[in-house]
Amino acid sequence: MSNPSHNGTDEVRIGFYICHCGHNIGAVVDCPAVAEYTSKLPGVVVSRDYKYMCSDPGQELIQQDIHDHKLNRIVVASCSPLLHEHTFRTATERGGLNPFYFQMVNIREHDSWVHTDLIEATAKARALAHAAIRRVRFHKPLETTRVPIHPDVLVVGGGISGIHAALTLGNAGKKVFLVEREPSIGGHMAKFDKTFPTLDCAACILTPKMSAVRSHENVTLWTYSEVVKVEGYVGNYKVTVQRKPRYVIEDLCVGCQECIKSCVYKEPKFSDEFNVGLSKRKPIYIPFPQAVPQVVLIDPERCLQVKTGKCKKTCLEACADRQAIDFNQKEELIEVKVGTIIVATGFKLFDAKRIPQYGYGLYPNVVTSLELERLVTSSGPTAGDIILRDGSKPKTAGFILCVGSRDLKTNRWCSRTCCMHSMKLAQLFKEHTDADVTIFYMDIRAPGKGCEEFYDKSLREGIRFIRGRVAEVTDWALAPEEEGKLVIRVEDTLAGFVRRIPVDMIVLAVGMEPQVDAQEVRRLFNMSCGTEGWFLEKHPKLAPVSTFTDGVFIAGCCQGPKDIPDSIAQAGAAAAEAMALIDRGYIEQEPNTAYIVEEECSGCKSCVVLCPYTAISFDDAKQKAIINEALCKGCGTCVASCPSGSIKQHLFEDEQIFSEIEGVLAYD
Amino acid sequence: MSSPKPKIAFYWCASCGGCEETVVDLAEDILGVIEKVDIVLWPVAMDFKYKNVEAMPDKSITATLLNGAIRSSEQEEMARLLRRKSQFLIAYGSCAVSGGIPSLANQFTREQILKFNYEDAPTVVNEAKTRPRLEYQNNGHTLTLPELRNVVRALDQVVDVDYYVPGCPPTPNITKTAITALLEGKLPPKGSVLAPNIALCDECPRKRTRPTSASFMDFKRPHQLLADPELCFLAQSVVCMGPATRSGCGSQCPAGNMPCTGCFGPTSRVRDQGVKLMSSLCANIAAKEEDEIGKVLEGIPDPIGTFYRYGLAKSLLRRKMNLPFSGERNGHG
Amino acid sequence: MTEKNWQPRIVAFFCNWCTYTAADLAGVSRLKYAANIRIIRLMCSGRVDPQFIVDAFARGADGVLIGGCHPGDCHYVEGNYKALRRFQMLKRMLDDMGIEEQRLQLEWISASEGDKVRTVVNDMVEKIKPLGPLGIPKKFEAWDKEMAELEEKITSSEPVAAPA
Repeated sequence: MSNPSHNGTDEVRIGFYICHCGHNIGAVVDCPAVAEYTSKLPGVVVSRDYKYMCSDPGQELIQQDIHDHKLNRIVVASCSPLLHEHTFRTATERGGLNPFYFQMVNIREHDSWVHTDLIEATAKARALAHAAIRRVRFHKPLETTRVPIHPDVLVVGGGISGIHAALTLGNAGKKVFLVEREPSIGGHMAKFDKTFPTLDCAACILTPKMSAVRSHENVTLWTYSEVVKVEGYVGNYKVTVQRKPRYVIEDLCVGCQECIKSCVYKEPKFSDEFNVGLSKRKPIYIPFPQAVPQVVLIDPERCLQVKTGKCKKTCLEACADRQAIDFNQKEELIEVKVGTIIVATGFKLFDAKRIPQYGYGLYPNVVTSLELERLVTSSGPTAGDIILRDGSKPKTAGFILCVGSRDLKTNRWCSRTCCMHSMKLAQLFKEHTDADVTIFYMDIRAPGKGCEEFYDKSLREGIRFIRGRVAEVTDWALAPEEEGKLVIRVEDTLAGFVRRIPVDMIVLAVGMEPQVDAQEVRRLFNMSCGTEGWFLEKHPKLAPVSTFTDGVFIAGCCQGPKDIPDSIAQAGAAAAEAMALIDRGYIEQEPNTAYIVEEECSGCKSCVVLCPYTAISFDDAKQKAIINEALCKGCGTCVASCPSGSIKQHLFEDEQIFSEIEGVLAYD
Repeated sequence: MSSPKPKIAFYWCASCGGCEETVVDLAEDILGVIEKVDIVLWPVAMDFKYKNVEAMPDKSITATLLNGAIRSSEQEEMARLLRRKSQFLIAYGSCAVSGGIPSLANQFTREQILKFNYEDAPTVVNEAKTRPRLEYQNNGHTLTLPELRNVVRALDQVVDVDYYVPGCPPTPNITKTAITALLEGKLPPKGSVLAPNIALCDECPRKRTRPTSASFMDFKRPHQLLADPELCFLAQSVVCMGPATRSGCGSQCPAGNMPCTGCFGPTSRVRDQGVKLMSSLCANIAAKEEDEIGKVLEGIPDPIGTFYRYGLAKSLLRRKMNLPFSGERNGHG
Repeated sequence: MTEKNWQPRIVAFFCNWCTYTAADLAGVSRLKYAANIRIIRLMCSGRVDPQFIVDAFARGADGVLIGGCHPGDCHYVEGNYKALRRFQMLKRMLDDMGIEEQRLQLEWISASEGDKVRTVVNDMVEKIKPLGPLGIPKKFEAWDKEMAELEEKITSSEPVAAPA
């Protein structure tokens, strides 16, 4: 692949290129002056500045110069290597050199974008360029290694994103393990009545997907399960899944629910999680009618038999021959090997109690948008009736938007869906109750397809919109028409005065937040979180579903608030990214592994214990340490620790770093 | 013209005399050496004067083996003179190679050193606080003494050095190998250290006893335990410089139940022996909390003295940075 | 650079996954910070050989900054702990060698903390400014001046001719 005559170490001939990146670099760094400076450094044969190095002509310039000037080292000063290192390595290779005879200098993200003083920024660019020019001299030709990819995929989270990703992969013939922590898949979407802006029934579009993923020949579904350990690396992950005991054998239960009927608790007594506490369930229950899998489970905290061992076990009788109930079921740990992982662990809703002035938890008729969603659903606790706590029908309602969103005191971000979600609920509210509905908003954000039209429809249907952040909700009546009502105090910023609006019911459009355990999940999969706590994508534009850990992808709301179509699109993208790896069959590993020069190793064993990947072992016969380069991930910890300097690291050799240090300090 | 015997010189600067002992320790082998060479200078054994050396033609000495660090003007002058007179100048022993124990003085000022040695040391009785003076007039004669330098230096920090023979002192074996190579003209590239370029563990009899999986819970100094005579010192939590130090000494210290203290210096792949061993030891401490790590590190109360016992002058930092530096010759007070 | 407009020179060793990426993020976010820092990328803070740090000082750095992932977040499991332990010992050793503790700093900066890069760099520059230049290369030069006189004397004396 490379021309050996150019790869010789005889005479170092360096080509240096500094990129203006339009004005991005050129406006702050005097690029021609840097090129002039580097042209005089030892070994530099060609030194140029160019408008856009990453463009085709820019790359061709490098290739042409390699040919014309017999260059054997290339240095490009432009953006971050995390962005374009690969581009320029490829250009170097196309020019006939080993791609690792290339070194990149970051003078955009680390210089022109963070400094304003032309002189200082230019001096810094000189220093960084000098360092790379010194460093590249010590570069060696390297080959990337290919690591095979295990074709199976782990999908974490059984909401709409996880389901869609699993189905997409399954349909493509990939084996998928779908792990969901709740007893049923479906996530938040399963709790919705209808979806905006089309108002099609959420269950009608979700349930078929839920069943499809459950019955898919390529998908193994584990609900009520959590990933507890992830080892390995891209292509070769070893994942441990903990299956919590349901006390019901999943394969034997047919979902007839006779056991539920016959439970010693005659009436449902315990708060029902699925209906966000608006209804009750028994100790043995099925999360919701369309739950997938259609398997009951026993709440160990509530079941007399599990808790005390003293129960008539009427459920057991009801199950009869099937013998699906097993009070002695234990948690189970399953280990699976996968090559790629898609994390789609979703979001949590903002706790409205954190804004006490809105009275959630204090006034019974202040509800959250999700609670209203359950009320409006025909399969919900009221069979679709929107009622006040006293059972009567509300005649007036107010929706408060941005509860826990766009708020410096709680969450700064826009949760993106609440405007549309609230308008949908407002329309349904009107449809179900014929009440007067007012939406209190700061800005209506309706950018999606069909969304602005949906806003129009809301206006046409007589929903009132009052612009202003609601100050408080109170039951303190100041006028007769306010008696027995909840009063919304708000500054109407369009009308320009403070208003008091009495209503029967208040709906808080609560925003989205990262899951409570997002940090633990992030660590588990070796991902990063943004400051807000959402999982961090590798690049906000160019790699929106990739993470900094190769082979781990993210989809849906765990990456940030989004609606269903966006979640599905991301899930599809994540599935496609996983497939791109699987179908290629291997990944090219950056050749930055550590290696030991056998005759230099004294066998002191200091390094062996330091390797987190057990890539270093000790050869008892030779009395030397050996590195299994297939296991080495290239952190370089052993290299920094080898007391006799006998462990080295490709791409990060000591001489390379020392020369870089010398280079950055050479120019003041 | 019959080919004359090669001329060899031995010289000592700031050293303890141990290196001279090694030459004597060649025992009967020394006779073989003496047969083949003319010893033209050896102050410890024979009487020579500065003038004799000065009178020699340049490059007339085949090789000078110079031991000791350079810390006075006299030593500096002799080093320069011998450099001029010798074809090969060989830094012999840790002090000449890397500053040795004397270069630990680079943690102190000249004034601190003189004050301690002439006034404060518990064994000193000097009520008049008399100190050596650079010049003294007596009966119309000016008597002079060499000046103590602010900085203790390795030989190559003063003059160009051809080869290095490390050790405190270099063992007879390594000395013999060096002299043989010299006499037979089988010398490696200039600047080489004439000792194996592999760390001491390679030849240490305790090597096999070190477990691969143990981390440091603490550090102990040799006097704080009854060391197991066979078990690797690092496995006993005793700092041993062996992994960061060249072999070639025959593991004499570990054989005598003492850990290696690093006198053979680092391999060619390491620029700073002290921090390199520190890096290895510290990486492998079990503790993760700052306080706990700090507690474990307390087991090494004098890291500079421990990690740079023989090489402070040639460490990357050379000398304590914030010491006042007296440029005047009146530094002697 | 004259003493008057002296600016501290800080060499930084940033791990690829957290701190280097955070510095990229600071760039993408157009956060402005002091231009005194020169970042060298390594895969992990565990790769930061203390020799690099000491060498940077010896070559004229006024400060050295190590940036790694937060404890528990290391891309390579525990490289950052190894960096922390070395850092603690090195700090003591540098103190013994007369290098002020403010000149060596270890910071955990995650990929999302672009703003922390800015504050850390700015704070470090402010802390080092009052200390003035460390200027080790100049110190080496100054120390060696005490040898100049003798060097002159020996090298300038007429060489004695070697026998023909």
